[in-house]
Amino acid sequence: MRLEAVQFRRKAAEALDNERLQRALEKFPSRFVDTRAAALAELGNTEQLRDAAADIRARTLRDLDAWLRRFERAAAARGATVHWAEDADEANRIVTEIARAHGVRKAVKSKSMVTEECGLNEYLERQGLEVIETDLGEYILQLAHEPPSHIVAPVVHKSKEEIAELFEEKHRKPRKDDIAELCREAREELRPHFLGADMGISGANFLIAETGSVLIVTNEGNGRLVTTLPRVHVAVSGIEKVVPTLEDATTLLRLLPRSATGQAITNYVSLLTGTRGAGESEGPEHCHIVLVDAGRSRMLGTELEPMLRCIRCGACMNHCPVYQNIGGHAYGWVYPGPMGAVLTPALAGIEQALDLPNASTFCGACSEVCPVKIPLPDLMRHWRERQTEQRLRPRRERLLLRLWAWTALRPRLYAVVARAVARLLHGLGGSDGLVHRLPGASGWTRGRDLPAPPGLTFHALYRKRRGA
Amino acid sequence: MRVGLFVTCLVDLMRPSVGFAALELLKAAGCEVVVPQAQTCCGQPGYNSGDRAAARALALKLVGEFEDCDYVVVPSGSCAGMIRVHYPTLFRDEPAALERVRRLSARTYELTDFLVSVARLDAPPGEFHGVVTFHDSCSGLRELGVQRQPRALLARMPDLTLVEMREATTCCGFGGTFAVKYDDISTRMADKKCAHIDASGADAVVACDLGCLLQIEGRLRRRGDHATMVLHVAEVLAGEEGACG
Ligand code: SF4
Repeated sequence: MRLEAVQFRRKAAEALDNERLQRALEKFPSRFVDTRAAALAELGNTEQLRDAAADIRARTLRDLDAWLRRFERAAAARGATVHWAEDADEANRIVTEIARAHGVRKAVKSKSMVTEECGLNEYLERQGLEVIETDLGEYILQLAHEPPSHIVAPVVHKSKEEIAELFEEKHRKPRKDDIAELCREAREELRPHFLGADMGISGANFLIAETGSVLIVTNEGNGRLVTTLPRVHVAVSGIEKVVPTLEDATTLLRLLPRSATGQAITNYVSLLTGTRGAGESEGPEHCHIVLVDAGRSRMLGTELEPMLRCIRCGACMNHCPVYQNIGGHAYGWVYPGPMGAVLTPALAGIEQALDLPNASTFCGACSEVCPVKIPLPDLMRHWRERQTEQRLRPRRERLLLRLWAWTALRPRLYAVVARAVARLLHGLGGSDGLVHRLPGASGWTRGRDLPAPPGLTFHALYRKRRGA
Repeated sequence: MRVGLFVTCLVDLMRPSVGFAALELLKAAGCEVVVPQAQTCCGQPGYNSGDRAAARALALKLVGEFEDCDYVVVPSGSCAGMIRVHYPTLFRDEPAALERVRRLSARTYELTDFLVSVARLDAPPGEFHGVVTFHDSCSGLRELGVQRQPRALLARMPDLTLVEMREATTCCGFGGTFAVKYDDISTRMADKKCAHIDASGADAVVACDLGCLLQIEGRLRRRGDHATMVLHVAEVLAGEEGACG
């Protein structure tokens, strides 16, 4: 997926003016916020579970190399081949080589954000392979040539009407307006692809170290077909997805669907272990697992390590008031919302995403709902601090900050300045007591008035009162 | 009980009445209140802008000024949260300073939290006739658990009716410098808040943080609503609304 996070401001402004998108975004509170709350309330022990989940992830990350090697051994014992990719390019090359070795012409895919990160589809297409997305949302996006705007519901920015139009145009079939009919039409289109594909490419929600299994949760069943029908199954996963045991995975599974979509469990939970064994009726003949680093190991042992606990549930963006107003495309890469504001600079480079960690009010709604308790605002602040250290903030901002700090450390001077500013603002206020235009901070008054202060500071008044 | 009142830089500059209202309330609760005269800012603007050095310098300044108080009380959830939650992280690698900072952090309270949990103010001295709705400010709510305390105090005012608006806990879009840096997003967030306030039918919207109040009032007025009052909880509880010293 193309990295366009530097265009955050422009894209955010466009998103605010895009009425279709705004209508689509309106469903967030009821569709994700309320459903999550209800699903977790049923559990009763959410806080203990979140602690346990965070602990499982943190513990695994402390010995990530060991758990990954353990996973590799267990997977190999069941007939899978594990590949290690240092970056996106290497991951793409590995998948291409696997395809070549098995004479693959067509691949079907289930949803995988790490392959979006790598740009795998485009790469394989350039190598002459046909790649078909089979997750309904991803399929729609592939038809529309659009990137996902959400990590769980990639097509959440589109309305039913837009999808109906798109299907009519691309499928050349009479327009359907009913959701069930649209789904049926997509299924009909996809079926021959499933049957004709030589390779299935999936992501992984978790890698189980003790068994060498790949765990995938889906709601459409396409993941099952992708991973079991074609001769070759390739699972692509970030290295951080490993967990030690099946029991650990079940703890995380109690939180993942509930946090993501408010479901107690997804329609399908697939535990894929190696190749089809003797006497087994399903499973691929060949199974390859590609473990992608692409910047993750750099985060280990740093302040950013907690970010690797992420289980990609999307709750942080669902609850983020900034995301709720601008949608996912404004963030300009695979990972939107608060988790993207931390991950994008980590994986793609700090200067590639200067706005992202700053475009937050630090309201804390994200970390409040994160099932693995990632302190997202603290990690965004981490990036703000690195930006300051590396002088990546605008000159004017740096200057103002320095001036402010210097003054605030000198109480007498500060009092003089505060009194002058209070008087000035008071003077700028009209007869209605409001400042309508604020020189030097026009950002404030573009959309808001400023209630004018009474003209004397608290401390000046306080001294007066005490003296009187 | 010797209480140090940290009025915050925003109240000092923009709305002194909040500081006097807080003073009133603390006195009504039987506290001996001191207002250290050299206080300026808690350092939050620097901290949230990535300037850790500035934040640390201001933190040490504040700690020095309030150390001899039994409690520090702040009419702002975000500044109280800064002192209580974030000061210790600023010094986490320096045991000596950390110890000193922690001692003060643990004694720092948001105003309504203090009035309910520590000073146990039974009868707020103010009077308010009308319907109010309450906006939960983010830091107070999520860092300090301020939610029930202001409501409990408001409930003790006989002529005041509290109605809850939808999404009372959703951010108003202020976020300090965010409000100016990303003014279009910030304004849209305020818009949604204004719509919920409007729909609640309240005469006044009340909050524990002046930042939110400036944001909400600024947008309400620009939208043409000049009737809905926008008040700090201290002003309502002390009966100082609109008074400026
Ligand atoms: S950061 Fe937390 S809330 Fe956000 S996607 Fe990851 S696990 Fe979910």
